[in-house]
Amino acid sequence: MILVWMIVILLIGGLLCWLTARANEHAAKWVALVTMLIDAALICGVCFTQRVSSINTWIVDIKTQWIPAYGIGFHLAMDGLSMVMLLLTFFLGTLAVLCSWNEIKQRTGFYYFNLLCTLAGIAGVFVAMDLFLFYFFWEVMLVPMYFLIAIWGDTNRRYAAYKFFIFTQAGGLLMLIAILSLYFIHAAQSGVYSYDYFDLLNTTLQPSAARWIMMGFLVAFVIKLPMVPLHNWLPDAHSEAPTAGSLILAGLLLKTGAYGIMRFVLPLFPQAAEAIAWWAMLLAVIGIVYGAMLAFAQTDIKRLIAYTSVSHMGFVLLGIFSFNAVAMQGVVMQMITHGISTGALFVLAGMLKERLHTRDIESMGGLWSSLPAMGAVGMLFTMASLGLPMLGNFIAEFLVLMGAFTANVPLTVIATFGLVFSAIYSLRFVQKVFLGPSTFQKPLPDFSAREFVMMAALSIAIVWLGVYPQPVLDMVQHAVQAVVTK
Amino acid sequence: MTNLIAYIPALPLAGFLLLFFTGRRMSKSMIAFVGAGSVCIAALLTIVIGITFLQSGSSANTQTLWQWMRVGNFSCDISLRLDALSLVFVFIISFVGALIHIYSIAFMRQDEDYARFFASMNLFVFSMLVLVLADNLVLLYLGWEGVGLCSYLLIGFWYKVPANCAAANKAFFITRIGDTAMAIGLFMLFKTLGTLNIADIQQQAATIPNVTTIALLLLMGGMGKSAQVPLQTWLPDAMAGPSPVSALIHAATMVTAGVYLVARMNVLFLLSPAAMNVVAVVGAITLFVAGCSALVQTDIKRILAYSTISQVGYMFLALGCGAWSAAIFHFFTHAFFKALLFLAAGVVIESLHHEHNIFKMGGLKNKMPLLYYTFLAGASALAALPFISAGFYSKDAILWYSWSAGNGNVMLWAVALTGAFITALYSARLVIVVFWGDMKTPIAQQPGKLMTMPLVTLAILSIIAGFVQWPHNLLHVTLFADLVEKVLPATVLKQGIPPELLLQLIAAVVTLGGAYTGYLLYYKSPHIIEQWKTAEPNLNLREFFVKGWRFDELYQTLFVKPFLFITRSNKADVFDKIHQWLVTACSRLNGWLSLSQNGSLRWYIGSMLVGIIFILALQFFL
Repeated sequence: MILVWMIVILLIGGLLCWLTARANEHAAKWVALVTMLIDAALICGVCFTQRVSSINTWIVDIKTQWIPAYGIGFHLAMDGLSMVMLLLTFFLGTLAVLCSWNEIKQRTGFYYFNLLCTLAGIAGVFVAMDLFLFYFFWEVMLVPMYFLIAIWGDTNRRYAAYKFFIFTQAGGLLMLIAILSLYFIHAAQSGVYSYDYFDLLNTTLQPSAARWIMMGFLVAFVIKLPMVPLHNWLPDAHSEAPTAGSLILAGLLLKTGAYGIMRFVLPLFPQAAEAIAWWAMLLAVIGIVYGAMLAFAQTDIKRLIAYTSVSHMGFVLLGIFSFNAVAMQGVVMQMITHGISTGALFVLAGMLKERLHTRDIESMGGLWSSLPAMGAVGMLFTMASLGLPMLGNFIAEFLVLMGAFTANVPLTVIATFGLVFSAIYSLRFVQKVFLGPSTFQKPLPDFSAREFVMMAALSIAIVWLGVYPQPVLDMVQHAVQAVVTK
Repeated sequence: MTNLIAYIPALPLAGFLLLFFTGRRMSKSMIAFVGAGSVCIAALLTIVIGITFLQSGSSANTQTLWQWMRVGNFSCDISLRLDALSLVFVFIISFVGALIHIYSIAFMRQDEDYARFFASMNLFVFSMLVLVLADNLVLLYLGWEGVGLCSYLLIGFWYKVPANCAAANKAFFITRIGDTAMAIGLFMLFKTLGTLNIADIQQQAATIPNVTTIALLLLMGGMGKSAQVPLQTWLPDAMAGPSPVSALIHAATMVTAGVYLVARMNVLFLLSPAAMNVVAVVGAITLFVAGCSALVQTDIKRILAYSTISQVGYMFLALGCGAWSAAIFHFFTHAFFKALLFLAAGVVIESLHHEHNIFKMGGLKNKMPLLYYTFLAGASALAALPFISAGFYSKDAILWYSWSAGNGNVMLWAVALTGAFITALYSARLVIVVFWGDMKTPIAQQPGKLMTMPLVTLAILSIIAGFVQWPHNLLHVTLFADLVEKVLPATVLKQGIPPELLLQLIAAVVTLGGAYTGYLLYYKSPHIIEQWKTAEPNLNLREFFVKGWRFDELYQTLFVKPFLFITRSNKADVFDKIHQWLVTACSRLNGWLSLSQNGSLRWYIGSMLVGIIFILALQFFL
């Protein structure tokens, strides 16, 4: 029942935020924080009691009928991969609440309601084992996010919110069609109407049918990922969203795409996926280089970070379609470390915006002398983002590239040169923001205690993942092995 | 003693962490104590461990700290391995590092970012130690990137000046290109062997089919870090950093990482004669190209920077010829004398109100005698003056082997000899212009004891460090070769080479000739140069050398400008246009359809009729 509780707590917490905010504007954030901490404590508890290294089966949590007439079940389950993603969700979720602390001043109750609902949707996506339920959660995380961007976003928020919604919804509809086709084909074969993941895994598909159905899933997931050329919602959504929105978008929402490919596309359609592997890897490599080049050109700090996500998520796609354990473990690492490092950069961008009231890096510069602690943290996460060893992202990218190299040499070589590009845009970022002559005369406040706690948590996480990643690798080992052997 | 190895890098790491977290609240003396103290203790520890290691006679000590990652069939540990080759490097890094840290206590005293300086320096020493102690290539890569980061941080230490940041970025980018090639080399090694453990690779090397490609990729990595042509352009600009940084990172240790890598992976290179030739040729080209540029620079640190590139070129030449121990020996002596020269240059620059141009210096000989004599010791070692300088022993070996070793030939020897002439010439020029003649800028301050002590120590070492290895036709002392050849292959000699003594005499004459030419041109009869400068082609040649053979301009047009052009012109993301087009198409369609909803009754009746007729027609035909 614990998985249900996690999601229910989030929803109840969200409602409570909304209700308490009517009485007291400040109560909402405390309710939200407590909710997130309870959930974080729950998942940590599960993580420690389950002896993470030995997880090799599904921790089936709950499986009941939901709408029996159509074979729709309420089936939540968790393996190592889901557990890692849930840990990330609640970690970043807590930080999302913290970084909204002073930023959100209007309609706080409704804000935290939406925030927690999105997180509930994300958590649900990571544990739903019934495809209808999965689709349900997929939509649950989308709609509140739309509100977060459209109501609390920056000047161009309407446009960004529409764009985000339409892109994701288009993908979602394709996925719905794919789910329904799979459902009917399975029913025709076995006579049982079921949306259950484990039932559908046994469906035998004609190659052509498998190809089309897989494309339905895949398009939905690569839009989320995002893959070039379907990435255009991302820079707008990231740059216009409030800080917490950007954090969740970059840290978690993109990961649902990668998770979907690993959980559904590869196991359900192994042959079809293998057939398009080369094309997927090609687009991944294009994404790595193209995202990096666009990141270099940007002058809006959040847009810049958004394009680095495009580049980094290219590594995820590359690793997934290499079909080997090394690359796949690297992908999981990349999902986590990218969530942390890019999340941290977005939080940092939010802090800078609170202080300077601009997102334009051309009008920043020399901030290291006035904000030494922030400069050091900024440098740390920039270095993480360019893949410096000792920090988590290196482990991820190194494993992905090393695994991908055994699958496809030329594409991996190009992808590896993406590391040079990542150095170029990262150092330009540091240079424009923190180095050079100082442009701001009035003193700026460095980290407050709340900001310090957030950044410390993120920094410790990224260093720990770089120096001792083995616990995480062990946790996902069996899940990854299962995907790869398919 | 094996379980103490980890403390050598751990000490500077602890120093870094302490300074990073609490440095801003520490007093300057405390910062100096932590920053320099950690490296000094590491140096002492190295000496203790080194002596025990040599006495024990074992070939290598390994200490595994923890498992870093284990995925599928790939695993690698945080594991340190000390053998004779790493011992030489660890000794230089910690010992020269300690001296430079002591020097920096006084040199950087006035700087407001005292803690940041020592934190970065400590992090550098840590990374460099990890690099040379790593027992697998992934850990080596960690150190490799770590030193790159510290180099970046320290070149751009005075970050408020945009030029310094540009230099730091350039250093990072160019070395990253090499690093990326090296990473691809690692992937290839893993694909063929399934391991990245250095000892395992050496054992299984014979089974690698594409060994030349792998060796060349690793070499690319080494060329980036060690500033070899064509990836050398970052090093002269890297002089934007403080002088102790130039001494430690860009002279004594980091730029020799490439030498270490090639020496460490010697088995791979030995299997591929083509790769060996490339190493030798790269070294030869580099030593000549950089030497020519060093001749005409006017900035004292840029002269030394080009000379470093050139000397590292000698090391590569030696490696390529198969003179493994000679290359490491030159690294050993070079670390002393080049660190000395940079530190002395730092004193000169400080004393003369941050004047970098050597032609505005002069006459320092009598005003700063101690500095003069230490600088002279360094410069004569650089010029390789016979017998009295450490540089002679190492460079003479390289000159001899560049012809006589298995992979050497007369062409390489000729280039190396020309290089020796050039080196002696610019060394003499440097000493004469800076220290002799008339004083042009008044002296602001004399260096304190903390600065002179490292200078004197390094000066003594620049004279005596060569005595551990003599040319074998003169005296049978081969302590150094005996040590490193526990790890490295012995140098194989060819048959039918002119006698060693003859080549030594030629080398000595050429060196002395170079020094004398310098004396002639810059002291005795300077009008020759004035006359030379009057001719147009000569000036062009000089300009060509000053600009480092115009490599920067070439890269600017070939890579930088196209990259900037492409990124700028696509700032708005071309794919967005496609999606935008979809939106436009929809609204256009909407416009057309809206036309039909115009409120005119006639139009509606008309379209209803058309619809009815259409349906009837359908009925009729089907």
